[in-house]
Amino acid sequence: MARPAQQLPSASLADIAFMVLIFFLLVSTMDQEMGLQRRLPPMPDPNQKVDDVQIKRRNIMVVKINDADRLLAGGTPMDVSMLKDKAKEFLLNPTNDENLPEREERSIEGFGSYPVSKGVISLQNTRGTSYNAYLRVQNELVRAVNEIRDEFALANFGKVYISLDEDKQRIVRDAIPQNISEADPKDTGRKK
Amino acid sequence: MAKFSRKGKGGVPELSTASLADIVFMILLFFMVTTSMRQTERMVAIKMPAASEIAKLERKDLAAYVYVGTPMPHLQGQFGTDSRIQLNDSFKSVDDIRDFIAAERETLSESDRQFMTVSIKADENVRMGIVTDIKQELRRTSALKIMYAARKSTPAGF
Repeated sequence: MARPAQQLPSASLADIAFMVLIFFLLVSTMDQEMGLQRRLPPMPDPNQKVDDVQIKRRNIMVVKINDADRLLAGGTPMDVSMLKDKAKEFLLNPTNDENLPEREERSIEGFGSYPVSKGVISLQNTRGTSYNAYLRVQNELVRAVNEIRDEFALANFGKVYISLDEDKQRIVRDAIPQNISEADPKDTGRKK
Repeated sequence: MAKFSRKGKGGVPELSTASLADIVFMILLFFMVTTSMRQTERMVAIKMPAASEIAKLERKDLAAYVYVGTPMPHLQGQFGTDSRIQLNDSFKSVDDIRDFIAAERETLSESDRQFMTVSIKADENVRMGIVTDIKQELRRTSALKIMYAARKSTPAGF
């Protein structure tokens, strides 16, 4: 019975490998994690006395979203599509309007002094606001800041913010801070 | 019209398929190395809202995920259709977030802990009440770096 060892057929090996490959293609996640990155304010120390940070009225723009996802920005109801321009006008204050935020000369390391806007956008929502509306408003506010940063970067460094190097990005960030405050919930009405 | 001429007897020899398996194995290995398996079974249905100003999460391994949404259809009999929070593999309440964050912190090395990002993956129809509760709880545990997970979209108005 001593037959010469036959060669194993390897034609089906490719098929098997393909099947395993398809399995891995299906179960694997290639999706990138994308999202709006934010930083929450730290919780105030309960032992500390509540000293309200007094911000001048002209330096604050209140953006409110109600239960029906309607938007109130700086006292006027408006559509989300108009919010970005409103926020940009508020932060830039191009005409030195008395009702818009003041600017404070601040020296930025590696750049010199620049009038930094003291404007703060305060975002408030109710418990009934939908997450979609909230994120759209957040997105518009971030977009306003990003556009201002791009304009600043183009004017001073000749490039958009994202293509600057680390050090110049810091300068731009210092000159145009992203002051979007997600205020403490006021009338949250949590059942507790 | 040109006709295909019949091949002569000494035509092109058959292509060898022996190396095909090797090539496929190479692709297979590439996929096995580059991909990460889904670790948690999603128990809530989530359609993420769209946003244009989103950034990529740089360190995926430093992220902790909080899922918020309505339970999947086959779980609705047990858990209802109200928005629920999912941490790891089970439905949890807001008060469990503290322990969850502490446990996630433990898994990271000392130097990486400050860079931990909590990714909030919420359905676009979720009410802000539950998200606000989560945010407050995260502030209390001082996990301040958060990310609202979103889909990429072109800016509105263009």
